[in-house]
Amino acid sequence: MTLTPDDWEVIRLSLKVAIVGVVLTLPVAFGLAYALARGRFPGRILLDAVVHLPLVLPPVVTGWILLILFGRNGPIGGWLDRMFGVTLMFRWTGAALAAAVMALPLMVRAIRLSIEAVDRRLEGAARSLGASPWRAFCTVTLPLSLPGVWAGLVLGFARSLGEFGATISFVSNIPGQTRTLPIAIYTALQLPDGDSIVVRLALVSVALSLGALIASEWLVRRQSGRAHVL
Amino acid sequence: MSFEVDVAKRLGEAEIAVSFQSDAGVTALFGPSGSGKTSILNMIAGLLIPDRGRIVVGGVSLFGQGVNLAPEARHAGYVFQDARLFPHLKVRANLLYGAGRGAGGVTLDEVVDLLGLAHLLGRWPRTLSGGEAQRVAIGRALLSNPRFLLMDEPLASLDRARADEILAMIERVRDALKLPILYVSHNRAEVDRLAAQVVAIHR
Repeated sequence: MTLTPDDWEVIRLSLKVAIVGVVLTLPVAFGLAYALARGRFPGRILLDAVVHLPLVLPPVVTGWILLILFGRNGPIGGWLDRMFGVTLMFRWTGAALAAAVMALPLMVRAIRLSIEAVDRRLEGAARSLGASPWRAFCTVTLPLSLPGVWAGLVLGFARSLGEFGATISFVSNIPGQTRTLPIAIYTALQLPDGDSIVVRLALVSVALSLGALIASEWLVRRQSGRAHVL
Repeated sequence: MSFEVDVAKRLGEAEIAVSFQSDAGVTALFGPSGSGKTSILNMIAGLLIPDRGRIVVGGVSLFGQGVNLAPEARHAGYVFQDARLFPHLKVRANLLYGAGRGAGGVTLDEVVDLLGLAHLLGRWPRTLSGGEAQRVAIGRALLSNPRFLLMDEPLASLDRARADEILAMIERVRDALKLPILYVSHNRAEVDRLAAQVVAIHR
């Protein structure tokens, strides 16, 4: 089996969309996870629900909401266009945003569990040893919650690679811009002679997902080899 | 005065109230489990805020009359009952965690020598026995350049032989470093051996 240049373009685009989406989501997901794990503020339950919406809404609806918000005439999309000349519609950046939004709840859940598992008394020990709250966070809380960060990254990456509904309704199906692996497979399924494309891209999907899972397992093992956390 | 403490705190159903002054080298807080001894140490360390009262250690006001120093500003060397070592740092990094805050204290070499830690420096905390972990915890507290030590039942989880060994270490620390020590225990023999002044806590 050899991959055609078109296949490679789809794979490159999918990886780019998934990696950019997940890397941009990570700080947001960590901040939300920390707020939900530790914060006691009014509206916490509402925030929790909103973060989880993409997990339970039909992805097409999430894509439509993104279209409303980030379309050229939408409140956020219009602002981005005026201020920075940035357009997300029908661009790979829009696909990355859709992937990010869909990955967010999974990443927040994984990281939040990890933060909740950190023994807060260790932070007290750090403070009594002279650490500022910020240093205690950087040297104790953050490293001890890294397993959840790795798990969240891998889950989010896998979810982004498979993202279909929100992407196709937000940024459509444009070769080279928004036609990621699942959308390319879907497109090939519509073609009378697309079977061989489907097989090739499906096998690539399996390989990428397996690779991500094995990488996460390896990272978690390496982590737990150093210290037993989680 | 080494310690001037007069604090009160309501925790759920329990009311913790204690008042004592001590100028001894080692002051013991002696009382049954659940009498709030650990909470008193936490208040002195700044990890628990009293409802009211004042805390002065070595002439420096830590709490009261509008003062409430952050834990990192109190310079307490706190040895927790469960050692509470950082699981993601090796022994050496644990020992040095608080060593950045100013000179004048003891050096790593001195602490390693005093507490017999040389063979443990490259180990992970989870591979240590209870007594080893407790010695590292004492060393970590000493290396943070403390003005005083808070020790919360440092012998509680140890067998008799180990407990005697750690007790001897604490006596060496007491005599070598001349730091005021507040020592919590429910064991009369420990308290009698170490402390010059005993504060009895009732439930």
